[in-house]
Amino acid sequence: MSDARSDIFARIREALKVKAPRPHLKAETSSPKTSVAAKPWLPDGGESVEASLQILSEQLAKLKAVLIRVPDHVSAARALADLVAQKSWKKVAYHGHPIIQPLVASLPCEAWEADKSFDKQRLEGCDAGLTTCESIVAQLGSILVSSQSSGGRALSVLPHAHVVIAEVSQVVPDLGTSLALAKARHGDTMPSMLSYITGPSRTGDIERILVLGAHGPKELFLILVG
Amino acid sequence: MADAKDIFLKDATVNAADGDQRAFISKALGGYYTNRDLQKARYRDWERARDAASMAKWSAVNDLANVLEKFVTNFERNGGVVHWARDAAEARTIILKIAEDAKAKAIVKSKCMTSEEIHLNDALEKAGYGVVESDLGEFIQQLRGEAPYHFVFPCMHVKREAISELFTKHLGTAPTDSPEELTMIARRHLRQLYIDADIGITGANFLVAETGQISITENEGNARLTAALPRIHIALSGIEKVVNHLDDLSVLLPMLATAGAGQPMTCYNTLYAGPRKPGECDGPEQFHIILLDNARTRLLADPEQRDALHCIRCGACLNVCPIFKNIGGLAYGTTYQGPIGSVITPHLRGLKQWNHLSGASSLCGACTDACPVRIDLHHHLLHNRRNAAKESPTLFDRVFHNGFNFVIKRPWLFAVGGRLFRATLPLLQKLPLPYMSSWMKTRDLPKAPAKSFRDEWKTQENV
Ligand code: SF4
Repeated sequence: MSDARSDIFARIREALKVKAPRPHLKAETSSPKTSVAAKPWLPDGGESVEASLQILSEQLAKLKAVLIRVPDHVSAARALADLVAQKSWKKVAYHGHPIIQPLVASLPCEAWEADKSFDKQRLEGCDAGLTTCESIVAQLGSILVSSQSSGGRALSVLPHAHVVIAEVSQVVPDLGTSLALAKARHGDTMPSMLSYITGPSRTGDIERILVLGAHGPKELFLILVG
Repeated sequence: MADAKDIFLKDATVNAADGDQRAFISKALGGYYTNRDLQKARYRDWERARDAASMAKWSAVNDLANVLEKFVTNFERNGGVVHWARDAAEARTIILKIAEDAKAKAIVKSKCMTSEEIHLNDALEKAGYGVVESDLGEFIQQLRGEAPYHFVFPCMHVKREAISELFTKHLGTAPTDSPEELTMIARRHLRQLYIDADIGITGANFLVAETGQISITENEGNARLTAALPRIHIALSGIEKVVNHLDDLSVLLPMLATAGAGQPMTCYNTLYAGPRKPGECDGPEQFHIILLDNARTRLLADPEQRDALHCIRCGACLNVCPIFKNIGGLAYGTTYQGPIGSVITPHLRGLKQWNHLSGASSLCGACTDACPVRIDLHHHLLHNRRNAAKESPTLFDRVFHNGFNFVIKRPWLFAVGGRLFRATLPLLQKLPLPYMSSWMKTRDLPKAPAKSFRDEWKTQENV
């Protein structure tokens, strides 16, 4: 008996002996899309930094994610402390990244570096997870976290709220740029997880009525520095 | 077992007469139409985006052997294990073997239509594993003991009162009529199950050949948790899910979200490259993928309908289909409902038993217009009708088509036949004609005109 792999490949090669016509395209002139050229037919991501930031803040608002803009890291620390106090969070888990460490030093609650001694049960009991990110897509309001930028896979999804700390320079106009950046940065050694987070977790499974916080965080905050 | 067609006709008739349920479905879809239009309006040219999306899938599917090979090489380089399954039984055997080797007990699943296709839950439960669906809609359907109603919105037909009752019965929670409360009940219940599970099973929306990553799209975060907490991650995917480049996702992910659910982007779009890597603090120790054929190569071998394999399972064609909205998803009796299901099921499970679905269409073309990857859905329904008539013509097909052929070639016979038909039309209404009776049960034949078109033509020509 031949093995499944070679059988399936044989079936595929046999099936593809007859060519299928190319799809009917609206614009026959559109060049085959394999490069990372801008795609001027997708939703706009902004031509300038200012335009991108404008689109980003509109997108985040529609997604019910909260954007907090601060000028520098000192005010970021203050904004974070205010948030913790306002939400009365008791336990916060964080990713031990150089830009996060100074921010958690003075938090008015328990702060635990989750990626040092990972414990799922303890993480589940945390009110919020604190991470960095790889990039932010203005076009869609999506935040790209990775298993490297956010201390593994669970920290950005298991606690009940998620706070991302990022710099304005991490905002890119569109998804294509963000993917290209990830590829350029990681090459052949991609983090085991890259995840685009677009707003707090949600479901419409009951009568198609929107409910936030289905399984992941109910609340998403982006503290943007600069 | 009654045959699929009889069950379909019976269920479809009952459901189409249920005005209450139909109104409920229309209302549920109302918000979708509004949001979809809002999001589509943000595209600077939706039609050009459809071009790009369909080309991305076309180039991968028409070079499937090479693209798959590349995916597999890169997937393995990332540290994943690849398994091949010719059919459903092989896929089940592979998954059972992984579970057995791992001495697993509890399994948590995120939404995966391919697993419905191979009836995975049954097999796992029979082998003694506890299996829980974690997607809210799938979780509700699992408790109801019912197949998904819609492959994107599995329980869209269930009212909140019924869900509340279901939770009271199975989870012992207090009744509530708030969707928010109901969602939180499921959230609390499922959280511990992710933490305790040994194996997480997911599907895959795209397999990226260039990088060997798999891409999973979801809103709830349940797939994220399923792939984060258990020590083994198994992904089950059809072989047609590959795309060439990572950049293809910059078109496909937003379009999937907009066409399927009226969102700019689905809440979590996650790319997995292997199990937990050195330096990472969590994630599974093993990452397996099962690549399933299960008659997909049969569809691939039909160049006319090969593009049905471009489907990204967004569900848009169901949401706009007048048949789906009237008969509901369960009546189809298939894993994939609606227009795309009617197109592919005859290929996957036999044209003879499933051709009746090709008739479940008004050929209005709403599905084709809605499809983000431009699959020519309503023409494929016609192709299936034609193929079925060729493959195994019914007596009616033969008598009617040969008779028509004979008459149309003989103008005098056509004239005589026409006159005869007009004269006897009132009578025909009363006769129990085979093939016509179900049509005439609810409709009257039209009144015959006094003159035929040809007679009328002659008169006018002489004026
Ligand atoms: S056939 Fe097209 S519209 Fe229907 S589910 Fe597939 S991709 Fe979506």
